[in-house]
Amino acid sequence: MAHYWQEIRALTMRWVRRLSREKFSMLFTLVQPMLFWLIFFGNLFQRAADTQVMQAPNYISFLAAGVVVMTVLNNGLAGGVDLLFDKENGFLERLMSTPIHRTSVILSRFIFVMAITSMQVLVILGVSYLFGVHPATGILGIATILLIGMMFGVGLTAISMAMAFSVKSHGDFFSVLGFLSLPMIFLSSALVPLTAMPGWMSFLAQFNPMTWAIDAVRPLILSGWAEALPHVGMVVLVMVVFDALCLYGGAKAFRRAMG
Amino acid sequence: MDRAVAIDVSRLCKTYDSHKAVDDLSFRVYAGEIFGLLGPNGAGKSTTLRTLITLLHPTSGTATIMGYDTVRDADTVRTLIGYVPQERAIDRFLTGREHLQLLGALYHLTTEEATKRIGELLKLVDLEAHADRPAKTYSGGMKRKLDIACGLLPDPKILFLDEPTLGLDVQSRLRIWEYVRMLKARGMTVVMTTNYLDEADQLCDRLAIIDGGKIKTLGAPAELKIALGGDIVSLTLKEADRMHALESALNGQAAIKSVRATAKGLDIRVESPEKALPTILESANRLGCSIEFIQYNRPRLDDVFIAHTGRAITESIPEPETT
Repeated sequence: MAHYWQEIRALTMRWVRRLSREKFSMLFTLVQPMLFWLIFFGNLFQRAADTQVMQAPNYISFLAAGVVVMTVLNNGLAGGVDLLFDKENGFLERLMSTPIHRTSVILSRFIFVMAITSMQVLVILGVSYLFGVHPATGILGIATILLIGMMFGVGLTAISMAMAFSVKSHGDFFSVLGFLSLPMIFLSSALVPLTAMPGWMSFLAQFNPMTWAIDAVRPLILSGWAEALPHVGMVVLVMVVFDALCLYGGAKAFRRAMG
Repeated sequence: MDRAVAIDVSRLCKTYDSHKAVDDLSFRVYAGEIFGLLGPNGAGKSTTLRTLITLLHPTSGTATIMGYDTVRDADTVRTLIGYVPQERAIDRFLTGREHLQLLGALYHLTTEEATKRIGELLKLVDLEAHADRPAKTYSGGMKRKLDIACGLLPDPKILFLDEPTLGLDVQSRLRIWEYVRMLKARGMTVVMTTNYLDEADQLCDRLAIIDGGKIKTLGAPAELKIALGGDIVSLTLKEADRMHALESALNGQAAIKSVRATAKGLDIRVESPEKALPTILESANRLGCSIEFIQYNRPRLDDVFIAHTGRAITESIPEPETT
């Protein structure tokens, strides 16, 4: 067990070091979601969006929950990229030829992605605060938001890693990634409530785990515990199933790739 | 001779879909020797190596490292071996020292052990001055040295090198060869793949020539050359038109073992050049073949390779390497 922790700590530190060496990349990773979505998109639609339809005091406060979950989505889906490069340049083989527990590399990646995502979520909530969005459920609500983000993120990262282990080239990986990300966002309640969507879109959006996550995060920010709790309970159930499926698929892909 | 067996490979097969990458391979590597797997790209060398270092499971057959099975006792095997991969398996953003520290943790060394060993290794591969620069600033030769230091970090009983000098300049190559010889002198067993004949010839105590997933021949370089029998007289002819007439005239003559047409002339395998040369010159004269150049060679490893695989190592083969 001591060995296991030693491995995971060293491998997680590697991801941290890599990120800290890529200062620009780190900056853009942190800033991009709030710049693009929260500040530009949020302010752009401030007057075009109907607060009656949104059920929110203004569009930014409606959007905040969406941006939080979108960040989880993008980080999760990109979570396998570094392993993809490790696989392609042989670094993964080098790691796997050492007497480490076979899951250490993957676990270190989960820990790293979850930590970065949580930091980003906090930054987004901080910037939203500056735009006057004050989470109704306070610190405990923020902790709950982080928990939901992690539960969703685990499944997404597992999908991403499964893809990284299965694809033939990294071109394939990025095409699939690009194809998944935007439809997932549009077919969810991130930008528009389900009630305001065309029927077929809201129908599809119901099956999107992202919708469930947003529907729990949004009342935590906008309304309060009374309204949020049933949604939080529901999303925990949905995410347990979602994560189980993704981890099962990920484990299968990993075992196939590692002989 | 009774020598300790370091690696025992028995009837090893690895099949991808319907393609047999490794087909019924059996060989032994003895403790303390440098053993080479020589063959063109796609011959099955890397697949064999990856099986030995526990990264691939054989389709059938077994391989043991110091008596431990590479599948059943994979964890034990991994503590006994060091691996230097073929690709530049380097994290560009980490420094040389950080690479070694990472591996130190993965081999479960204590911080003190790791620090001591890392210091020694950096000195050994002459990277002390560059140890704290990110690896993206390293030259090809420096990356390779770091690779080797990484492979040596666990202080392995057996070191596996996959194409250790692929794409390196001459000086770096010679440097790597020096390291390998030094490791052998320290008693380490070294297994390497290569598609450079001179490397195999210079470095390996014994080697297996692999082609199409099978071992074509196995032995010490000198033995393999002797086994071919006879030295080679190479003729370069001024005109190619009478080459085939000369070829058939020489075939079957007493002192001559075999004749093979090349691009510009003939390679004639002879028992002794003293007896064969007069015969060759006489036949050439009789047929009016003017000879531009005569060369006399003892067999080279290239010749061993051609004799066993039917082609030169540089000639491409149809199937791509499957990994």
